[in-house]
Amino acid sequence: MNLRRLTSIIRKELIQILRDRRTLVTIISLPIMQLILYGYLSNDVTHIPAAVFDESRTPESRTLLDAFENTTYVDLRYYTTGFEQVHRLIDGGDAKIGIWIPPDYAARLRSGRTAQVEVIVDASEPTSARSVLALSTQVGQELSTQLIVQETQRLSGTRPNALPVDVRPRAWYNPTLENVNFIVPGVIAIVLMFVTTFQAIVVIVRERELGTMEQLVVTPITGLELILGKVIPLVALAYVQITLTLFLASVWFHVPIKGNLALLYVLSLTFFFSTLGVGALISTVSKTFQQAAQMTQLILLPSILISGFIFPRESLPRALQVIGNVLPLTYFVIILRGILIKGIGLEYLWRQILPMAVIGVAVFAIAINRFQKRID
Amino acid sequence: MAEGGAAVRARDLTRIFGTFVAVDHLNFEIPLGAVWGFLGPNGAGKSTTIRMLCGILSPSSGEAEVLGYDVARDPEQVKLRIGYMSQRFSLYNDLTAEENLMFYAGVYGLSRAEGRELASQWIARAGLRGRERVLAGELSGGWKQRLALGCAVLHHPQMVFLDEPTSGVDPVSRREFWDLIGQFAESGVTVMVTTHYMDEAEHCDTLAIIFGGRIIAMGPPEEIKREKMSGELLEIATPQYAEALDVLTTLPEVREAALFGRAIHVAVADSRTALPLLRQALANRGVTVDRIAPVPPSLEDVFVELVERSDGPAEPAASPGRRP
Repeated sequence: MNLRRLTSIIRKELIQILRDRRTLVTIISLPIMQLILYGYLSNDVTHIPAAVFDESRTPESRTLLDAFENTTYVDLRYYTTGFEQVHRLIDGGDAKIGIWIPPDYAARLRSGRTAQVEVIVDASEPTSARSVLALSTQVGQELSTQLIVQETQRLSGTRPNALPVDVRPRAWYNPTLENVNFIVPGVIAIVLMFVTTFQAIVVIVRERELGTMEQLVVTPITGLELILGKVIPLVALAYVQITLTLFLASVWFHVPIKGNLALLYVLSLTFFFSTLGVGALISTVSKTFQQAAQMTQLILLPSILISGFIFPRESLPRALQVIGNVLPLTYFVIILRGILIKGIGLEYLWRQILPMAVIGVAVFAIAINRFQKRID
Repeated sequence: MAEGGAAVRARDLTRIFGTFVAVDHLNFEIPLGAVWGFLGPNGAGKSTTIRMLCGILSPSSGEAEVLGYDVARDPEQVKLRIGYMSQRFSLYNDLTAEENLMFYAGVYGLSRAEGRELASQWIARAGLRGRERVLAGELSGGWKQRLALGCAVLHHPQMVFLDEPTSGVDPVSRREFWDLIGQFAESGVTVMVTTHYMDEAEHCDTLAIIFGGRIIAMGPPEEIKREKMSGELLEIATPQYAEALDVLTTLPEVREAALFGRAIHVAVADSRTALPLLRQALANRGVTVDRIAPVPPSLEDVFVELVERSDGPAEPAASPGRRP
């Protein structure tokens, strides 16, 4: 490898990247826009509009409704005077939940019988429906427990000191179970993969489409020098992007950075090289930008779905898990979540680095090997 | 270094694309320091030959040596020693003239200081002074062409391949360009240049006329004109050229009649006996003739004759481009 040839490629690429302001602005703002978009999409389900039909109109029924509202997941937005109205509000999408408290609710409670409450959920969108269902069960149980404790106290005159079984779940790493903490590191990984792969393709295929590749292959430059020279400036660009997205994640979405940021930056290098290598490989086997773009779709889409970015890897069929093992993204998602949310270090993460480095070296070797200094 | 003073030596060099024989058993030698022209219409196999010689296209059969290195076995050794300029002027339009030169200097392994020195020399030599910081994409055709040539020769190669370097460039720039090529040749660089402009071909020491993938004539331009043109040439100026051509092609004395610029060139065995006959025949059909006189053959005449004689595709549209 000739250092002069390598640096002249790097210098030329840098000039081209910095001179094309419009593209530069696009590739820098793209990760930011994506992150904001996904970050907000991942907002936890709160303030779901509810329609109430309270036929009881008693302090007891009020206590129940307060219990719902106190969760902040539910907004008691409509108080109706008939079940028909509840029905219409849910049909029209104005309310996602209907709560019907029968007229004998308070009477039954006072007489020690079970009082029924109906909670209707619009389950056409399962995610929020699932949380509402869980929530209403929880509200009911808590209220019941409270009532039983009061009743026991009234009958025996003593206060029971404990419930028979007391399960105390603890949510580690993300105690408030914020979706954003799960989604944002994944989005950072996806966006970085997308931008790096695509940029690598652009800078290589562009030479071919402009005809400058024909000129380059007549020079003594080697495939290694050319591909490395094109990739190194993109690594620098990727670091700008990861810095911006991390900054945004931390300042805007309050995603914690519990682990060692320096370690994250070092480990990112392996990821960048592997995704840039994939881009280089794609561009050496495709003749036109069109072909390269199609091939990229073929790789990016499955990456997003099976990398564990959205769907937990454990829920995937075995075959897809195996495919996921050769995707750099899979490992980087774990690294990002590990360092940002769990605050773990190299003692666990070496298991991700090794395969990612192997993938990176392999795709680079194939890309350089496939790069022919011929035009036939 | 090549023994026997040949910069290029091709033996039965052949390239086949599918079933199409683009280059068909070419045999030629280019002496060191020569300006060697490759003349032929588009699609005759000029670029294919140059690409094989530059080591970026493998020959289907036959072999070629450039500066003593086999183009199929040692393409990288060849690439270290040559310069190549394609008809597309492969410049980076988003880099300035100077940055383009500096980039290629670096790619050929020159240091920054050497590159800067050579770039500034070329800028002076090619009349690009004042345009160093203009983006290549904003330069006009002639400037681009001289810049592209600079990128190809900045590293002082022993041999330069120029593939249609003057296509799409105005006549003044073409003249200046050939002056630059002349300067190289004087400094001992071997030049192989392809063109489909007849007038340019006259600048070459040696010319090979290629048609349908085969060399149909080779030698110094004067010699080709003298030896390859059988018979003599009459030029007829007439406003009714269509009618005149109709008449002429029916005459037994006429071997070949073709439009040449705004006149008709007629190949005959002997101009003295043919001239009165032609004048009579045209007058009989009511064609007014402004002038009819013998003229020395140009390369284009020779080319037309050679193409007619070779059993290549008998398609007059494939005749070489005329200057606009």
